[in-house]
Amino acid sequence: MDAELQREAEHLMTVCNSCRYCEAYCAAWQSMERRLVFNPGDLNYLANLCHGCSDCYYACQYAPPHEFNINPPLTFAKIRLESYQQYAWPQPLAKLFNKNGVVVSLLTALMLIVFVFGAVLVVGSDRLFSPVPGAKLYDITPNRFLVTTFSAVFLYSILALVIGFLRFWRDTGGKFGTFLRPVTLARGLWDVLTLHYLDNNGFGCTYPKQEDSQSRRWFHHFTFYGFLLCFAATATATIYEDFLNWLPPYGYTSLPVVFGTLGGIGLMIGPTGLYILKLRRNRELTDEKQVGMDVSFLLLLFLTSVTGLLLLAFRTTAAMGTLLVIHLAFVMTLFLTIPYGKFVHSVYRFAALVKFALEGSRAPEHKIAAEHVHAARQSL
Amino acid sequence: MTSNIGNPDVLVLGGGNAGLTAAISAREAGASVVVLESAPIEFRAGNSRHTRDLRCMHEGPTDVLSGSYLEQEYFEDMMHVTGGNTNEPLLRMMIRASAELTDWMTSHGVRVQHSLGGTLQLGRTNAFFVGGGKALMNAYYAAAERLGVRVFYNTEVVDLDVVHGEFRSASVVMKGQTSQISARAVVLASGGFESNLEWLRKAWGPAADNFIIRGTPYNKGKVLTRILERGAEAIGDPAQGHCVAIDARSPKFDGGIVTRLDCVSLGIVVNQRGERFYDEGEDFWPKRYAIWGRLVAEQPNQIAYSIIDSKAMGNFMPSVFPPITAQTVQELAGKLKLPVDTLVQTVNGFNQAVRPGTFDHAVLDDCKTNGLKPEKTHWAQRLDNPPFYGYPLRPGVTFTYLGVKVNDKAAVLMTTGQPASNIFAAGEIMAGNILGKGYCAGVGMTIGTVFGRIAGKEAATKALAGSETRG
Repeated sequence: MDAELQREAEHLMTVCNSCRYCEAYCAAWQSMERRLVFNPGDLNYLANLCHGCSDCYYACQYAPPHEFNINPPLTFAKIRLESYQQYAWPQPLAKLFNKNGVVVSLLTALMLIVFVFGAVLVVGSDRLFSPVPGAKLYDITPNRFLVTTFSAVFLYSILALVIGFLRFWRDTGGKFGTFLRPVTLARGLWDVLTLHYLDNNGFGCTYPKQEDSQSRRWFHHFTFYGFLLCFAATATATIYEDFLNWLPPYGYTSLPVVFGTLGGIGLMIGPTGLYILKLRRNRELTDEKQVGMDVSFLLLLFLTSVTGLLLLAFRTTAAMGTLLVIHLAFVMTLFLTIPYGKFVHSVYRFAALVKFALEGSRAPEHKIAAEHVHAARQSL
Repeated sequence: MTSNIGNPDVLVLGGGNAGLTAAISAREAGASVVVLESAPIEFRAGNSRHTRDLRCMHEGPTDVLSGSYLEQEYFEDMMHVTGGNTNEPLLRMMIRASAELTDWMTSHGVRVQHSLGGTLQLGRTNAFFVGGGKALMNAYYAAAERLGVRVFYNTEVVDLDVVHGEFRSASVVMKGQTSQISARAVVLASGGFESNLEWLRKAWGPAADNFIIRGTPYNKGKVLTRILERGAEAIGDPAQGHCVAIDARSPKFDGGIVTRLDCVSLGIVVNQRGERFYDEGEDFWPKRYAIWGRLVAEQPNQIAYSIIDSKAMGNFMPSVFPPITAQTVQELAGKLKLPVDTLVQTVNGFNQAVRPGTFDHAVLDDCKTNGLKPEKTHWAQRLDNPPFYGYPLRPGVTFTYLGVKVNDKAAVLMTTGQPASNIFAAGEIMAGNILGKGYCAGVGMTIGTVFGRIAGKEAATKALAGSETRG
């Protein structure tokens, strides 16, 4: 970890672990209290447990301008970004987390050029810019090509994410196999599916500013479930095609189209909302270095779904070929950048939540007797 | 500008727990309310920012308090710590009023910690605010805003126009300009004088120069001074207050909770001569911590050193400043600048006097010394496992007890013996009515909330009655 960030993190742990007023807010503080010593793996774990809800910042009597200068959301955000780089695979590509907004933009442009130009070369501009009978998209892009390239990239992304997860798990002291224990895995999954830590017992979180709001949680639900629905659309289409031999285009009431439409709508509402909230967010809590990474991911999701919905809407027209190729370019960019951009927060936070659930089922490692903590809390 | 403030029904001086609970109560009773806070918004709410709990009576388990804490036990706890130096009828009234506090607080948006089981210990006697005092105050300020209470920051009251026990107006400085704000009733909630180093020196002598102020630098006691000059009756001893021993390396002001040290009872404490001066194991820490500020204040140069060995390390809440570490007692003496021979003698003498016993910090165990002055009566263990650790201690003042006398309507009593007609007080500025000396964890916020609510309601009643007759 960067030396200055290390000092900042140690200072945070020292002050917060002596104070503990925030313990009821979230898992990060409850986990912190189980420790007296914080090694780099612990810091990565706690930072990824943090959801950035920011309640602790507004509650903190030591937040700037107090001389102790405590700002947990900002410090944890900085540690998170470093952890993404630390666990990235392969390591040389960890650099892509820097200037991530530029990387994503350039890659998008490159993919657009490659796909459109490639389509013109392979299919010919006449067929590309004419209506396709029956909207058969495989007249534009050969099936084999689609399946091979996209599957390869998809599988590579999965591999990169899994390796990142394993590195995180090992580095934070996780034992092999405990991740899969059903009860704690289910608890972690529940926390993810409901965004429990953005709910705060109904209060929501103090994001983008000091007022409590559920808006971030809801826009994230739109994004997350939108994404899952789009994934479900692709999965069912694959099943239809490869196992049931039903070829696209699929009817407007078919599962792939329904999932894809709902998912696309979700991925328009969610990212737009999250983007607006981000613009309004209290700058004191924002790690400006990461805003590019966050925004480029939101934009990529949004544009992927816009192009997908446009494709659906215009698939019987002359625009179909172009829209298809453009949409595929965006999807390819998305797949390629998933292991090296904002998406990875989902992997590490999920892992951290499962680890927290596992911790809860064990006694704390340090020796402070429970009655001594209780006594300390009685003495203000 | 100050002309924006207008002339409200009820003027509240001070934006802490007492002030805001008074403002909210006054507003809910129908009065127009203005709160004047001398600090900027980032440091609003005085000492309330550093608090975390309040002590409540309750008959049975609630969602935020376990077991029960009945009036008689609460009363006896308070009598014990104050040594009877309290206003008993007011104390009883406060205790009874504490029963409904957590409901009132949560209905105004305050989050109070629930029992979660597992690692979180729930208090039986004290309810804890989620996020601590600053979060509590954020909730009150939000509630006040919703209700239409107007708050002015960076606004200091420098004088009070009081005639025959009747408040007319306050002289207020905002952005360098002074103006008069009149109101039909006023609530004094501006804290003690703990941040006023000159006043502390007057009360304590030069020893006060070595005190650390645990909380806000904004409680200079200006309003207290003025109201006493205008005929309010004082209560309490200027040298009394809530004072605990904290790490000597703390910032002069505003260090708050993290500067407290919890290892005193686990080791020995010596003064700068290297000598012990009090039984470190006299009682459980929550019952004794409040006397150690005074004990250290009485030592030469108001400094003392808590010394433990590696057996104790990790057995108390982590402290924000690192311990001073040494492999031998001689080395520790050097680092702490203590006379080496005396410290070695003290530690050896202590070790020799320790009787065998079964150490258990959760009970008043049988580990004691025999033949020392003073003895250590519990948790005495030999200091013989290096490394040795030392923490320097100084007296930390939380708040002062000299204040204004009030009756059960939170009305300020004048030296004539009569209550002021439209002047009320709540919080630190009148805590001396309940706390003649000593302290019980959480009672400060109880005093503020109970008397704040009463003061607000009574001030509104007075203000609105006045306006009716005038109309």
